[in-house]
Amino acid sequence: MNWKAFFAMLARDAHVARRNFVALMFQTFLQPLMFVFIFGRVMVGSGYMPASYQSLLLPGIMAICMVGTGIWAVAMPLIAEFQFTHEIEDRLLAPMEISWLAIEKVVAGTLQALAAGFMVIPAAWLLLRPGVDLNVPHPILFAVVALLVALFSATGGLALGCSMQQTHIGLMFSLIVAPMIFFGCTYYPWSALEKFPILQKAVLVNPLVYASEGLRGTMVPQYAHLPMAAVVIGLLFFNVVLLFTGLRSFHGKSVS
Amino acid sequence: MVAGIRTRDLRKVYTSAPPVAAGTGGFSFGAPKAKGKQPKPEIVALDGISLEILPGEVFCLLGPNGAGKSTTVGVLTTRVRPTSGQAFIGKHDVWKEQVAVKRLIGVVSQRPNLDFSLTAREILAFHGAYFGLSSHERAKRAETLLERFKLTDRADQMVRGFSGGMMQRLSIARAMMHDPQVLFLDEPSAGLDPQTRLLLWEIVGEYNQSGKTILLTTHNMEEADALCKRLAIVDHGRVIALGTPQELKASVPGGFLLRLRFGRHSPELVQRLQGLAGVREVRAADGDGTDLYADRSGSLVAEVANLASAAGVELCDVHISEPSLENLFLHHTGRSLRE
Repeated sequence: MNWKAFFAMLARDAHVARRNFVALMFQTFLQPLMFVFIFGRVMVGSGYMPASYQSLLLPGIMAICMVGTGIWAVAMPLIAEFQFTHEIEDRLLAPMEISWLAIEKVVAGTLQALAAGFMVIPAAWLLLRPGVDLNVPHPILFAVVALLVALFSATGGLALGCSMQQTHIGLMFSLIVAPMIFFGCTYYPWSALEKFPILQKAVLVNPLVYASEGLRGTMVPQYAHLPMAAVVIGLLFFNVVLLFTGLRSFHGKSVS
Repeated sequence: MVAGIRTRDLRKVYTSAPPVAAGTGGFSFGAPKAKGKQPKPEIVALDGISLEILPGEVFCLLGPNGAGKSTTVGVLTTRVRPTSGQAFIGKHDVWKEQVAVKRLIGVVSQRPNLDFSLTAREILAFHGAYFGLSSHERAKRAETLLERFKLTDRADQMVRGFSGGMMQRLSIARAMMHDPQVLFLDEPSAGLDPQTRLLLWEIVGEYNQSGKTILLTTHNMEEADALCKRLAIVDHGRVIALGTPQELKASVPGGFLLRLRFGRHSPELVQRLQGLAGVREVRAADGDGTDLYADRSGSLVAEVANLASAAGVELCDVHISEPSLENLFLHHTGRSLRE
């Protein structure tokens, strides 16, 4: 394995992310933080939502930010680079097995998703305080779940980025990302679906459910959440499946 | 270490549309494969290409669009998986030892593929980093190449705003950044103005003089003539002629080609043309055309006109070509390179 080439590519991605920092910040945080402000502050403050909603909302918003960032950071460049600018060709010709280039993309996306996740906590907390009751009794478990969520976002980005046509980017968001967010227990806990038993079971095919519930279970464990074993197994399963699918598609795109 | 290029009976059959840069082969559709209910058409892009390019040689693949030139380059640069056959760069099997091969090669693709998120200097520096160059070495080589390719004044600008010619120059500079033993240039002068083309030819010549092997594809005969020690003419995924430009031009009967067009087709006239002094070969072309290969040109026209007049056929058009690779291609395929 050629680590020099691998780290040079990571350095290239970091350089590009740094250059686009301001745009990335707006893209990642503006919409979720407006949601936090309206639903967490305005609607709770005006009595339409219970005060506990603030604590339930924050982990969900963190999941949205992480997954959105990871998918965007990996899928969008891949779609453009394979189908439009072809700029990935230079890296495909670097002296390194091409699978490692896909893994480099996943590592870069994971790091960006983690950064987004950890930046949104203080931002959302500032908007919501003093109603948020954050409680992290198991920091290591929290770190593991956050890492698995970030990894899921990046492997999802790899699988999507290597399978979507450039002309279908709009569809990708309206048919895949948006339903994933709305049915991903981000704005409500999974237990809130008890009155909709079929829906409650159906949403378990959505990996974002495990992400939101996992963060909820490690950040605000005092509220009902999916068992952590189910969360970890679910996230591991989706990570492996998406990584495998993504690597296969990446090979298919790289070599004709 | 100086590396050559070798291919043995390379075949590539696409069962889906080939990517643009890989070319589209000869479009010879084989029998469709029965797979499910919808048989996929097979496109034969390479149909048994065997080449031996010597270390330190400038070799050219000449052929029309879709002849299989880019697919050959794609196979040799690890980007296209051959259906059968073998390809070697130096002693390394391209498909089995991809990383070793990628260390030896530099590639300029037919379509622009520069990193739009970076400046010109950063593109060169990051490319050098992928190949493990130290930061000092990267900066030094980037500066030298930017200077050589006349890009110094735009070095720190994003390449998004570059003209096509500037992008092409930077692509070539990038391919040379890690000082590869074998340089692939796929249609390098497409879209370049004459001045830049001459600069490119000069740089390619210099690079070759430093002992490097260069494989370039083109459909420009002038370029092949100016740069290559040897060339292969490729059509429908096959090598139809191979040799030095001089050898190949000499292989056309007579050397000169007169493309004639008559008012109507007359077998009797064609037979009489065959008898003219200096005429080596007469071939019927499309419609009422006749291609006449001869060892003289202008002096034949009056005689052709006389014969036509005697046969009661009107001579509508005459086009004279001097000995060239274009004539060679036409002689082998019956088609012009530009068609």
